[in-house]
Amino acid sequence: MIKLNVNGQTREVDVDPATPILWVVRENLEMTGTKFGCGIAQCGACTVHLDGKPVRSCSTPISAADGKAIATIEGIAGEDGTLHRVQQAWIEAQVPQCGYCQSGQIMSATALLQKNPNPTDAQIDAAMAGNVCRCGMYGRIRAAIKAAAGQPATGEKAV
Amino acid sequence: MSKTETGSPGKMGKWTRRAFIGAGVVAGSALVVGVAVRPGNPIDRLSPMLADGKDEQLLNAWVKVDADNIVTAVIPHVEMGQGVYTALAQMLADEMDADWNKVQILEAPADKQYVSDSIGRDFLFPDLEVPALFEPTVAGGILELAQAMGLQFTGGSYSVRATGQRAMRTAGAAAREMLVAAAASEWQVPAGEITTADSMILHAGSGKAEPFSKFALAAAEQSLPAKPTLKSPENYKIMGQSKARHDIPGKVDGSAIFGIDANVPGMKYAAVKAAPVVGATVESMDATTARTMPGVLQILNMGDFVAVVADGYWQAQQALNSIDTKYSKTEGDSLDQEALFARYATHLDEAGENGGDVETEEGDVGKGFAEAVTKVEAEYKVPFLAHATMEPMNCTAWVRDGKCDVWSGHQAPVNARQAAADAAGLAFEDVTYHNAFLGGGFGRRSESDNIIMATRIAKATGYPVKMIWSREEDTAQDHYRPSATSRFQGGLDKDGKAVSWSNIHTHLFDPKDAPTVPYYNIASHKIRKVDVPTQLRFGPWRSVDHSQHGFFIESFVDEMAHAAGKDGYAFRRELLAGSPRHLKVLDTAAKMSGWGSALPERHGRGIAFVPSFGSIVAQVAEVDMSGPKPKVTKVYVAADPGFVINPDGFTAQMESAIVYGLTAALYGEISIKNGEVQQSNFHDYPMLRINEMPEVEVALINGDHKRLGGGGEPGLPPIAPAVTNAIFAATGTRVRELPLSKHSFA
Repeated sequence: MIKLNVNGQTREVDVDPATPILWVVRENLEMTGTKFGCGIAQCGACTVHLDGKPVRSCSTPISAADGKAIATIEGIAGEDGTLHRVQQAWIEAQVPQCGYCQSGQIMSATALLQKNPNPTDAQIDAAMAGNVCRCGMYGRIRAAIKAAAGQPATGEKAV
Repeated sequence: MSKTETGSPGKMGKWTRRAFIGAGVVAGSALVVGVAVRPGNPIDRLSPMLADGKDEQLLNAWVKVDADNIVTAVIPHVEMGQGVYTALAQMLADEMDADWNKVQILEAPADKQYVSDSIGRDFLFPDLEVPALFEPTVAGGILELAQAMGLQFTGGSYSVRATGQRAMRTAGAAAREMLVAAAASEWQVPAGEITTADSMILHAGSGKAEPFSKFALAAAEQSLPAKPTLKSPENYKIMGQSKARHDIPGKVDGSAIFGIDANVPGMKYAAVKAAPVVGATVESMDATTARTMPGVLQILNMGDFVAVVADGYWQAQQALNSIDTKYSKTEGDSLDQEALFARYATHLDEAGENGGDVETEEGDVGKGFAEAVTKVEAEYKVPFLAHATMEPMNCTAWVRDGKCDVWSGHQAPVNARQAAADAAGLAFEDVTYHNAFLGGGFGRRSESDNIIMATRIAKATGYPVKMIWSREEDTAQDHYRPSATSRFQGGLDKDGKAVSWSNIHTHLFDPKDAPTVPYYNIASHKIRKVDVPTQLRFGPWRSVDHSQHGFFIESFVDEMAHAAGKDGYAFRRELLAGSPRHLKVLDTAAKMSGWGSALPERHGRGIAFVPSFGSIVAQVAEVDMSGPKPKVTKVYVAADPGFVINPDGFTAQMESAIVYGLTAALYGEISIKNGEVQQSNFHDYPMLRINEMPEVEVALINGDHKRLGGGGEPGLPPIAPAVTNAIFAATGTRVRELPLSKHSFA
């Protein structure tokens, strides 16, 4: 049994410690918001936070989460359901098209703003270049990050 | 726009309106006309799928009104990010005068009743103009054909311009007229005195005001309007507005369910590897290690592929990776990319001056070219392309007790259901197909290979199985955009005016007008094709053949302009003389870009103009060639789709198509060696990323509200030639083969 802290809750799973976080979250914990895209940390669709830092969960074994907090897309809104300001900005800017990459995009963006409340274009590029959007919504992603950066933190809880 | 009061076309049997009304259901639009002429009463069978409570009343096949006065638009298309749920609902709701805030959206079940006759019709008879009197007959006939083809298809940029324009609006208007008729009867006032707004029925004279829901049941007893009156644009309230997309909130909190997210109690997971050369089969496999690996349940030799079924997907994939498989030899084993282009060249050479299949011909192109003062010749090449949807191909299936359930995201759910039935050896009726959001479609999800594979696996296991393709499998087993070669000869007269246009190219897939240039005023033109067999599977890829021919045509136009000593914009203006709608689009893009103004050293502007899927699009790209590789800094877009239903949604489609096309122009190449696809994942089939994203500015033009064009694809074809024309302007180097990553511009 491996003991995990996922979105602030304690969970136990019986899996091979080498299993990537992605598959534990999706299959064992049945939280499917985190997506499989490439399996080799090339597209960012699987991005989750490990102690607040963005990691590619398809290429990070569950053993690496031992003693650390995992946050997924399902866990970034406030306790009362208020959306994270990044999620709100995503809706305002009508960012998603197919939407498949967006959990990963939002997890990368929230981690960026947590570390750097007012990122420059170059800093946005550096933080977001690992996340592919095949629908090409990069212009809207950039606009939404900038809009969220100017907003007070809402719906965020400490992780 | 059909309406059938007396429709009894041919052998499909006679129907009466009363028969439907007797079922508590009212039919009122083009599509229902087709449904109505089928034997039996299909609406009866559909009703429980759409309206599960007795408080709900099905008004017609595309709309229902429930007791809470919620209007639900039933959308016979699938959502893959193009915003179709929202745009089609806007069209229906506007005609119905529904309260937009109380409109809900439901994707139609995968049932043949929802096969879109208008789509079938546009596929089969794109230029068919039918007198209104004969519409019911034609619509019914087309429906039968469309059903035979299994079309409930989302693609071809058809949803808004076909289903929306012909079916959703008619359905909304018919529903509204029937509600009004019911109220008029109850209130004993002339229908003409009744108005509707925000899902309410109003009578000014008596001050009466009731919600739609109050008359939903009575409306179902009304006779069908002979021809529902559609609004003219000045009365649109919801169409033409940037309504927020209904599918977006679920896509920011992880709750949106895609095909890959299907959750069936007791399901297991399958990883698969198909023979790397199309047509090869598994000759032998050594699964000694795989059998000992944790979680592995079954290892299946399916002939054309190997599947490992395990408790978890990762376990299945790990075990699959350990299997050593030998495949049979095929004729395709020796194929490689260079040989393929050489084969194209041989076929084109053999066709010579007069061979091949003539697609269009006007005037005497031989004479025109012979007499031309300036002759221009060029050959262009483009590679195979994979779709690389973000969501890898997948499907969940469960075959048991003579029934089959299938979960996936598919562009043609009826096709998927039929494919599963065939694979399971069951009747269509014994299969239930559950469609989910598509994590990108782009044409890839119009194929059913994943459905068939998962159903076969599930049939072999007997328990539910979720099959997921690795990214490597997704890249290597696609249905590819064909590679192609195209050759041109163009003639210019002494004034530098284009007088002849001759083109011969390999492949023609769809749509048929992709290689043609009827909008360009050139005295003689002749366009031919040669078919060259390859074993690779072809499939529609966003904008289909326009993706190749947009590059070919607009590159060659630019070469002719240069040979004529003219500016690319001015030369195209001459070619479009007499077509004000086309000119307006071209002029708008040029003006936005500041065409003609000075740019820094090694920067350049390029223009391209491609009408496709009923929409007219011009783009100007700006490139910065001062670095080691091309950098596209800005793209200016002018687009005229007739009338824009949702401006922000349409703009997003332009942005998206530009990125999809630019990714291909910069990097996209699937190459073949020893019959196998060489690329495997995003490291060797790279994607455009945020740091390479150009600024995109879009201007929308409503040029003809009666003829709507598509939105999902028309933004793509101009981008590659706009960029390569800009590179020529910046560097003097003409790019005749994509992708750009093959070239050095130092």
